[in-house]
Amino acid sequence: MKKNVKLALLGVLLISISAAMAGAAETIKVGVMHSLSGTMAISETTLKDVMLMLVEEQNKKGGLLGRRLEAVVVDPASDWPVFAEKARQLLTQDRVDVVFGCWTSVSRKSVLPVFEELNGLLFYPVQYEGEESSRNIIYTGAAPNQQAIPAIDYLRDELEVERWILAGTDYVFPRTANKIIEAYLKAQGVVDADIMINYTPFSHSDWQSIVAEIKKFGSAGKKTAVVSTLNGDANVPFYKELANQDLTAAAIPVMAFSVGEEELSGIDTKPLVGHLAAWNYFQSVDSEENAEFIAKWHAFTKDEKRVTNDPMEAHYIGFNAWVQAVEKAGSTDVDAVLEAIIGISVPNLGGGMATVLKNHHLTKPVLIGEIQSDGQFQVVWETDDLVPGDAWSDHLEGSRDLIADWTDPVNCGNYNVKTKTCGGQ
Amino acid sequence: MRTIRSLTLLGVVLAIAPAGVSPAADAGRTWLEDGIRASLSGSKVKDRDLAIAALSGDASEPSTRLLSALLDGALYCDKDSGAVFIQENGVFLDLDGKDAGVAAARLKKSAVDNKQRKEIAAILNRRRLSDPDPEKRRTASAALMEIGAPELEREALTALIQAEKDPATAKNLRTALGIRLAKDADGDTETLLRAVEWLSAGGQPPAGLALELLAASPRREVASAAADALYWGKVGRDWTAIAETTFFGLSLGSILVLAAIGLAITFGVMGVINMAHGELIMIGAYVAWGMQRLLPGNSAAALFLSVPAAFLIAGAIGMVMERGIIRFLYSRPLETLLATFGVSLILQQAVRSIFSPLNRAVENPAFMSGMWQIGRSFNVTRGRFYILVFSAGVFFLIYAALRWTRLGLEVRAVSQNRAIARALGVRDARVDALTFGMGSGVAGLAGVALSQITNVGPNLGQAYIVDSFMVVVFGGVGNLWGAMIGGLILGIANKALEPFSGAMLSRIFILVFIILFIQKRPRGLFPQQGRAAES
Repeated sequence: MKKNVKLALLGVLLISISAAMAGAAETIKVGVMHSLSGTMAISETTLKDVMLMLVEEQNKKGGLLGRRLEAVVVDPASDWPVFAEKARQLLTQDRVDVVFGCWTSVSRKSVLPVFEELNGLLFYPVQYEGEESSRNIIYTGAAPNQQAIPAIDYLRDELEVERWILAGTDYVFPRTANKIIEAYLKAQGVVDADIMINYTPFSHSDWQSIVAEIKKFGSAGKKTAVVSTLNGDANVPFYKELANQDLTAAAIPVMAFSVGEEELSGIDTKPLVGHLAAWNYFQSVDSEENAEFIAKWHAFTKDEKRVTNDPMEAHYIGFNAWVQAVEKAGSTDVDAVLEAIIGISVPNLGGGMATVLKNHHLTKPVLIGEIQSDGQFQVVWETDDLVPGDAWSDHLEGSRDLIADWTDPVNCGNYNVKTKTCGGQ
Repeated sequence: MRTIRSLTLLGVVLAIAPAGVSPAADAGRTWLEDGIRASLSGSKVKDRDLAIAALSGDASEPSTRLLSALLDGALYCDKDSGAVFIQENGVFLDLDGKDAGVAAARLKKSAVDNKQRKEIAAILNRRRLSDPDPEKRRTASAALMEIGAPELEREALTALIQAEKDPATAKNLRTALGIRLAKDADGDTETLLRAVEWLSAGGQPPAGLALELLAASPRREVASAAADALYWGKVGRDWTAIAETTFFGLSLGSILVLAAIGLAITFGVMGVINMAHGELIMIGAYVAWGMQRLLPGNSAAALFLSVPAAFLIAGAIGMVMERGIIRFLYSRPLETLLATFGVSLILQQAVRSIFSPLNRAVENPAFMSGMWQIGRSFNVTRGRFYILVFSAGVFFLIYAALRWTRLGLEVRAVSQNRAIARALGVRDARVDALTFGMGSGVAGLAGVALSQITNVGPNLGQAYIVDSFMVVVFGGVGNLWGAMIGGLILGIANKALEPFSGAMLSRIFILVFIILFIQKRPRGLFPQQGRAAES
């Protein structure tokens, strides 16, 4: 009798252990691949935090498909080859169901073959240069037609700019973006003499002669603006030098594509008031969703001063779209989710809706903001409608005829509408 | 309760207009009528257009006050009632200039955009041109020559010139009139010749553009006079460009020197390859930031105090490094390199974990921002100039310390011949620690200076470590003068190349040049002489 009780107890124990193990195996794994060390940690650490917050929120709501979500965080240390290694590790060893990650275009290019080979799913949250659409990547940041082109329109129409300085850091995003902008300007009839293009190395810190040159270029009697694709650390000394040489936003405004609230929190913004940035979201956007998101973010980070920014909103949209797609597909299988996600609409933080398009880009509003003395942006202009993201720019030779469409019958990332072939030709 | 009462009071005040402030405000006047108030408190920036247009036609003092508050972002509106307040020194004043006693939480800033800001600035500038204060008139007239400044009508300018008694203001106004005449290109030959005279006396970039217009004039006399003026203007500009490039180069060089002096001591004199040198610079910059946090609102005092503080803190960390790690590795350069590289990574990540990976904002005190204008168009930015002076000061202090103090003598003795120095009673271990501490402290000083011009973040050091080594190797290892001259030469060469080749290529050229130079003269510009150099 006693023996039986013991056996029964053992059985119960075994069952509960196996049940617990089964439960553990059944969590849905969400890979988070953002640099927590090295140069890019400055931007990417926040995105890791926001992903942890979103996963925690979802678990509070009861998880997904009745299972708990589990975040698997890796640190690719701002080292591009390590991104590919960590992606492989996430997909083969940790067996994650989805990955949210990358910041720089070069890190995305480095993991792209891994995701395509192992059929993974990556949500990429940063504005980028376009000219790409992978079956395995959802681009939740802006394509050039959702940031650069409307910003140029604003400068030309509202500020009556006639002379252009394209200043960028010397790497793939500014080079491609400037190529598109230049082609666009020339198509509008701007002559070569009215365009100045300048590239500087990463973390360039001595801006004296370039700012003097900008000043000279800008005193030719026509309204001049700087379109800045400067990345990261180069911005602070650039803006400081502008202020030192008395170039105010009223004289020569700077329109930046990579300066957000987070970057401004490291700058004394008083001399910068009036300089511009183009994004799809600002922390100062007045909407209920945004107020709720900011409150949650402050509660999660236990820091009232932490700012929110555009790539965070992209992750918010991307995560919610993925959750809906999984619910719709009834599984986390990558193929099923990819099929289900097209056409899904989730609220963005500006009070509108973001729809996942056939080309794996989103619809987004475009906002132009002016820097304020408190480090926030004041929205001064926005597009009337949502702008659908365009993977292949209409302003570049060779990409004009290409489209991306990941639904049947096309199912191709670079389909040529003229030759009706896949493969970019 | 009190706020509510004062708000109703204010509403009444607003409704009847501040009769006490403006004598022109009689009963019928509605200078802040509901439409304008609604336009000021509207949620969209474009709403402000109406108020600006209305206020521009009203040159009364309250209207000017309202416009300048709007321009400076000091105009706030009550979210519910739409009442308007002006913020001054953290206090919200109503339109009579009395403390309204409202809480900031209820208020919303009335924002304007670039275009509106420009418009307001033009309106205010026009009003200032007839201000009784000659100083204000002078700045207002100078502003007419700035990039993108709005133009005044000819009649208005002529009237202003006739009324003007201050010669500097009158000269500016005449230049502005010259620009106007050149653009309209009408008037007899005599008037246009006078315009050429005014424009060449002015010399600002818009005046130069106007001269170019006149040089293309069909009237031969006018065209040749303008061409002459343009020629002399161009000569002046060429000299200015040379002076400017030299200053930019000296300024960049002074920063390189500042970053490299510490290394010239630890690497040059002691022979330690300290890869964590950049992180010591970074620590100096964080000290400047920390000091500013301790003394909020007084950034100048914070900056001065952070100079000794950064020297002591970075020096102390350097001494700990020397006592804890480096002294076990003397005469094993490869291991020193690896160990200090490890220390540099540890320090970087420590800063990331303690202060967050984000950059920190360090304010520039007022005396460090802006610039001086020398002559017509040569500008010297103040911050850069003071850093140049600071760099020279630090150099001569360190030089004097090594040359004329007891410690300096011992340092040189140990670096030349350790065994003999020991035999003569020099405590070499103590000397090593102090020398390394001094080198590290100077790196901290460089950090304070850098906090004024670049990012204060965990990556600050990495940006300067390569340049520092470059300067020391180029100048000659073991020689402070070498670091100084080497840094300045590299700075000037970099800036002289930049206009032709761009920032990216000029850097590459400099690196290639240094590689070739080291091939030819492996010991740098100023090689160490004598027996000590052989070892």
